[in-house]
Amino acid sequence: MAALTPPAGTAAQPAREAAGRRHRPRLWRGVVGLIAALYFLGPLLSSLLFTVDVPGQGFTLGSYSGILGAAGFWSSLRLTLELAAATIAVTMLLLVPALIAVRLTAPRLRVLVEVLCSLPLVVPAVALTAGISSVLQWGPDDFADTPLFQTFNTVQNPGFPVVLLLAYVLMALPLAYRTLDAGLRALDLTTLVEAARNCGASWPRAVLQVVLPNLRGALLNTGFLTLALVLGEYTVASILGYQPFAVWIVSIGGSNAQMSVSVSVLSLVLTWVLLLLLAAAGRGRSARPPRGTRTSPAAPAPTLQEKS
Amino acid sequence: MTTAHAAAPSPAAGPSSQGAGGRPAAAPAPRRAGSLRRPRAAGWLAVLPLIVFVLVVFGLPAFAILTNAFKTSPGAPGGRHWTTANLSQSVHGAYLTALWGSVKLSALTAAIGVLLGLPLAHAVVTSRFRALREGVLAASGVLANFGGVPLAFAFVATLGNSGELTRGLDLGKHGWSLYSFTGLAVVYLYFLVPLMVLTITPALDGLSSQLREAAQNNGATTRQYWLHVALPILAPSLMGGFVLLFGSAFAAYATAAAIVGSSVPLITLQIANALSGNVLAGQGNVALALSLDMIVIAGVVMALYIPLQRRSARWLH
Repeated sequence: MAALTPPAGTAAQPAREAAGRRHRPRLWRGVVGLIAALYFLGPLLSSLLFTVDVPGQGFTLGSYSGILGAAGFWSSLRLTLELAAATIAVTMLLLVPALIAVRLTAPRLRVLVEVLCSLPLVVPAVALTAGISSVLQWGPDDFADTPLFQTFNTVQNPGFPVVLLLAYVLMALPLAYRTLDAGLRALDLTTLVEAARNCGASWPRAVLQVVLPNLRGALLNTGFLTLALVLGEYTVASILGYQPFAVWIVSIGGSNAQMSVSVSVLSLVLTWVLLLLLAAAGRGRSARPPRGTRTSPAAPAPTLQEKS
Repeated sequence: MTTAHAAAPSPAAGPSSQGAGGRPAAAPAPRRAGSLRRPRAAGWLAVLPLIVFVLVVFGLPAFAILTNAFKTSPGAPGGRHWTTANLSQSVHGAYLTALWGSVKLSALTAAIGVLLGLPLAHAVVTSRFRALREGVLAASGVLANFGGVPLAFAFVATLGNSGELTRGLDLGKHGWSLYSFTGLAVVYLYFLVPLMVLTITPALDGLSSQLREAAQNNGATTRQYWLHVALPILAPSLMGGFVLLFGSAFAAYATAAAIVGSSVPLITLQIANALSGNVLAGQGNVALALSLDMIVIAGVVMALYIPLQRRSARWLH
């Protein structure tokens, strides 16, 4: 980024000095990059090797071609995708109106909303699960004879466990709040809405057709991070006894190590590519970063843009 | 993502939705329009579902933990009554070992994560290749958030008993085992270092180049610049990163469960064990007492993190 700026013509003595010194940082940066690449790509590459080079069979793609036909693959994937779609929808429906309202009409609620959305950070997933399973026990223990008992059953329906949906939305709140809030911060929401209202738009229309399109990037980001969270979630589902995708991977690991590794690699790479596409899309749309973030405020200063 | 984080240094900076737009003088008078005042009630209405949701979905389990941790377990001899036995049991014996093991592992990996994450983030931030930066940050986002099970299997395939590296380099003979404290630490770093990169990148971005020039113009060497200028400014961010990493490692369950089963004593594994009924009858509520222990520690971590994050916003812009 900043380093791309060509050395300014005004650059006098300090710039020359930097040119002389530049070799060392570049070398150092290369070493850091190399070590990081080894550590982070190594497990992925050797996982790849592990899946195609089965001892006794030689090179084979069997663990990949077998994925689609494996028992439980489709049902667990479907459950996870359904949960992910529902989680994204509920998270957005809860957060977007609340955050827009906080910025437009009820600034005093801002702190409350922030605290509400940060609360889940204090309770680790395992502890949350312990609490949930304790609550679920109230059903048979205390409410067996009341109409409420039916609710407990519905919530735990194995076909579509609402309890997982609720837990996932709660777990997604902190990250979703941050992402959406940052997106809203980059907009001049008051002016946008006022302009829309002055042009005769109704309130719903101003929000739906003016604010939301401007929030597209933040909404996409939120949706994607939530998707990643649900795809990888293991703790709550496994302890409560459901079998979405991540739990399925572990369960086949016992009988078919190759396949569980190949599924893991595929899902990691797929998520990474998706996120990369998202980053590229975000960059294409907003060529300039929001004010006051990265661009050095005093660009004209004769600088060594190299920060190293 | 990073720009998003960078743009949000201090969430509670104040309700300045107008100021955020950045039009110091020409801003339309905010209180002018009656059309904006009208839906004040609507504002409450829009926030209400969120409040109700958190109260129910967060409140009920939290209430259950708080009360049941102090009650005898269902099925315990002598009926149900209030007790502190669960809590005292949760900080003794095997449970204490697990708690201590979790704290040790989290502190160690968080410290190493900070030490490794900083140079990596710095190398990425100062890189000339924008694509490299985007790629690394996107990958960090995936690894830091997605981690868990796929990560565990990638490491089993690499460094497990029949992993590629273990077989290739015959590591087993040298005493290496993935299913140990050290092994788990190596795996944890795989998602903690990216988390550190994500956390510290906005701070490094905000470290304005004028500071460096000023230092150099005053004759400071690179070492002096880092020691006396950059690191003191980054210190709150670094400590905040440490606390965040600690919390993340402390709460991690999936990775450990998929790799070691229960051969390394960790608090999360113990809670899951107790919940799955692998304890003596009538002791189920120990899981809730352990959860309470965890929440207390996580609460302390958050209480440390928030002021550090605010402070780190002061110098960076």
